[in-house]
Amino acid sequence: MAHSEPRFHVPAPHVRPGDKPDFSHLEIPPAGTARRPDIAVPGSETLDLALGLVRVLDHNHQAVGEWDPKLEPEVLREGLRHMVLTRVYDERMQKLQRQGKMSFYMKSMGEEAVAVAAAMALDKADMVFPSYRQQGILFARGRDIVDMMCHCISNSRDNLKGRQLPVHYTWAEGNFFSISGNLTTQFPQAVGYAMSCQYKGESRITASWIGDGSTAEGDFHGAMVLASTYKAPVILNIVNNQWAISTFQGMAAGASETFALKGIGYGLASLRIDGNDFLAVYAATKWAAERARAGHGATVIESYTYRADAHSTSDDPSGYRPKGEADAWPLGDPVERLKNHLIGLGQWDEERHVALEKELDQLVIASYKEAETHGTLHDGPLSPVQSMFEDVYAEPDWRLRRQRRDLGV
Amino acid sequence: MSKMNMIQALNSAMDNMMERDANVLAFGEDAGYFGGVFRVTAGLQEKYGLDRCFDAPINEAAIVAMAIGMGANGLKPVAEIQFSDYIFPAIDQIVSELSRLRYRTAGTFTAPVVIRTPSGGGIRGGQTHSMSPEAFFTQVPGLQVVMPSNPYDAKGLLIAAIESPDPVIFFEPKRLYNGPFDGGAGKALETWGKHPKGEVPDDHYSLPIGKADVVREGAAMTIVTYGTLVHVALAAAEQSGIDAEIIDLRTLVPYDIETIAASVNKTGRCIVAQEAPRTSGFGAELAAQIQEDCFYALEAPIKRVTGWDTPYPHAHEWSYFPGPQRFINAMREVLEA
Repeated sequence: MAHSEPRFHVPAPHVRPGDKPDFSHLEIPPAGTARRPDIAVPGSETLDLALGLVRVLDHNHQAVGEWDPKLEPEVLREGLRHMVLTRVYDERMQKLQRQGKMSFYMKSMGEEAVAVAAAMALDKADMVFPSYRQQGILFARGRDIVDMMCHCISNSRDNLKGRQLPVHYTWAEGNFFSISGNLTTQFPQAVGYAMSCQYKGESRITASWIGDGSTAEGDFHGAMVLASTYKAPVILNIVNNQWAISTFQGMAAGASETFALKGIGYGLASLRIDGNDFLAVYAATKWAAERARAGHGATVIESYTYRADAHSTSDDPSGYRPKGEADAWPLGDPVERLKNHLIGLGQWDEERHVALEKELDQLVIASYKEAETHGTLHDGPLSPVQSMFEDVYAEPDWRLRRQRRDLGV
Repeated sequence: MSKMNMIQALNSAMDNMMERDANVLAFGEDAGYFGGVFRVTAGLQEKYGLDRCFDAPINEAAIVAMAIGMGANGLKPVAEIQFSDYIFPAIDQIVSELSRLRYRTAGTFTAPVVIRTPSGGGIRGGQTHSMSPEAFFTQVPGLQVVMPSNPYDAKGLLIAAIESPDPVIFFEPKRLYNGPFDGGAGKALETWGKHPKGEVPDDHYSLPIGKADVVREGAAMTIVTYGTLVHVALAAAEQSGIDAEIIDLRTLVPYDIETIAASVNKTGRCIVAQEAPRTSGFGAELAAQIQEDCFYALEAPIKRVTGWDTPYPHAHEWSYFPGPQRFINAMREVLEA
C-alpha cells in the first residue's frame, strides 16, 4: 500500500539523482569575519563560532581575518605537497583496486585539507585517533608509502600481518592509532589516552576524527561527556562531508543547526570551520592544540566539507545524490584553493604544480612496484599462515596451540 | 594474614597493586569518593589521590573506552562496571575494541585493562541485578574471563589480572562477597570468618590465570563449576553422601582442560554447572570439550545443572537458582545412567 504523505517525519535531502545540484540554501559567511577568541575562552562562550564558519581564504584566494595563521611559503608548499600526494595516491590505489589488486579502497578526495592541515598543526608526538578517511595524516607525518601500500595489499610486509581491511592503517611509530571499522569507538578512547598523557606528565595531546553520520553513535555522547567532565586535552573533530554512505548529514544532525553546536551543550569550545580551507583547518587545530596544552580542555571542531567521491570502492553515489555536486560545492576544492593562494603570493605556478603532480605520481607508481615485490593478496607471499594464531594474546593458550595443530601449520 | 571477606580481599589486591605500581588506576560509577556500591574500592581515593581512584559518569561504553585509551598509553586501568547486568552498553568497546587491539595492530598497541564486575544471583536482585553473562565474553577471542569463588582466590586472581598483559573480564559473584553460600533458600548469612579461604595474606601474591582448583576430591563423578555454585556443589556432595570430585574452574578463558580431563578420566562421570541460562551457556562448551577429550572414559552422558532459559526472576528466585537439590537429582541420574 502506497502512502502519499509520510505519517512521521523522515528527513531527506532536497535534491536527488536527476536533480540539479543545489547548495543555494547554505549560508556561507565571508572569509575573515569570524572572531578568534583567547585560547582560555569558556566553551559556553563559543556559540557564535559553533554556528558560524571560520574561513581564512577568501574568494580571491587571499588569507584574511584574525584566524590567518600567517604561515611561511615553505610550510604552505609542504601542505600542498602532502595534499597532492594524498590525492595522487588515492587515485592510483582506486585504479589498482579496480584492477583487482586489493579487496577494497576508500579515497579522501575533497577532504585532504581536513587531515593534512590538522596533522601539520599538531606535534608529531600527539597521538591521533583517526577514522578511515584521514590518510592525509600519514603523508603529513612522513610515513613510508611502500609500507602503506604493503598494508593495503596485505602482503608479507604488511605491518598488520594481513589482519585489517585496506586503509585501516596502524602506525605506532608515527603516533597514529589503529583504525577501527566500528564507527566512533575511537572518540572516547582518544579522551582516555589524553587523560593518560596528563597523568604521566606528558605535554602530548590527542586528536580524533569521526564523520557527520557517526555523531549519532552513543560513543559520541560518551566522548563529549568524558572530555567535558575531565577537561581532557583532546581535539574532537567532526568531519561533516555531507554524506554517510548514502545517508545525508541531516539524518544525524536532526534539528541541530550545525554539528559543532552539539559541543556547546557539553560546555566544550566548539568551532565550525571551512574544511576545504587549508589555512582555516590549520589555524583552528593550532588554536585547539594550544588550548588543550595550556590546560583549558577539549575543543570540538566541525570541518565543513564535501565527500567528492564515493564512500568506498563498494559504493556508487549516482544512486542517491545528483551528479556534479562536488563541482557545485560552494567551498571549492581544497587543493585548488591552496594552490591558487600560493600562486597569488607569487610562491607557486601552474608549471610547478603540474611537475609536482607528475613527480608524485611517479613516486606512487614506483612505490607500488616495490610494494608488489613483497607480495600481493592474491598471489602472495602473505604473512605466514601460523601468524593468524599470534597476537590474540601475548602468549597463545592451549586452545590456540591445538587449533593451529588442527589447521596443520 | 588476616580474616577477610571477598570485598576486603579484592580491596587488598587493589591496595597492593596501587601501592607498587603507579600506573594502576581504578574508576567506575560510584567507585571514587564513596568506594563503590559494594565498597571494593573503599579508601583508595583517600589513600592514593583523586587521579588514582575516581568516579566516572554513568556511561559503561565510555568507561571502557577511557580504559582502552589509558591502557594503550601504558597505564593499567581497573574499571568497575557496577553490575554485570549493566555491561551491555560497553559491549562494542569490549568485543570490537578491547579484545582485538593487540591482534589488529599486530601487537603494536595493547590495552591491558581489567574490567571488574559483580555478577550472579541469590541476592533478591531480580532480573537487572542477578545476571551471569560470562558466556557472552568467553566467545570473544582476546579476552580472559575469570570468576573466583572465595576471598583468597579473589585477591590472588585480581592481582594476576592486573599484572596480565591481556585484558581480563573479572566477574565477582556478589552473593559470595560476604560469605559462602550453599544455595539453601532463605538461609541466614554465613560469614567468611570460619572458612579457610577467608584467611588472606595482607601482602602481594598472585594465582595463575588458567589454573583450576580441585576443591573436593572424590571418585564417583566430577562436577565442574565456578563462582557461587562451587559452594552449592560442595553442599550437595555433603547432603547426598555422593563422593563427587568438585573442580572450581576459577578461570573460564582459558579454562584448565588438563585438570578437568584428568578428573573425568578418573571418575568416568561428569556434571557441568552454571547459574546462567542453559542454552549456549559455558557448560555447553565444557561438555563439548570434555566429550572430545574423554569420550572413551565416560560411562554416562554429561549432565548440565543450570539456570532455566528464562530471565532471572524476582519472586521465584529459588525455583530458578540451581540449588543443592537440583545438583543431587542430577548426581543420582549420572550415577544411575
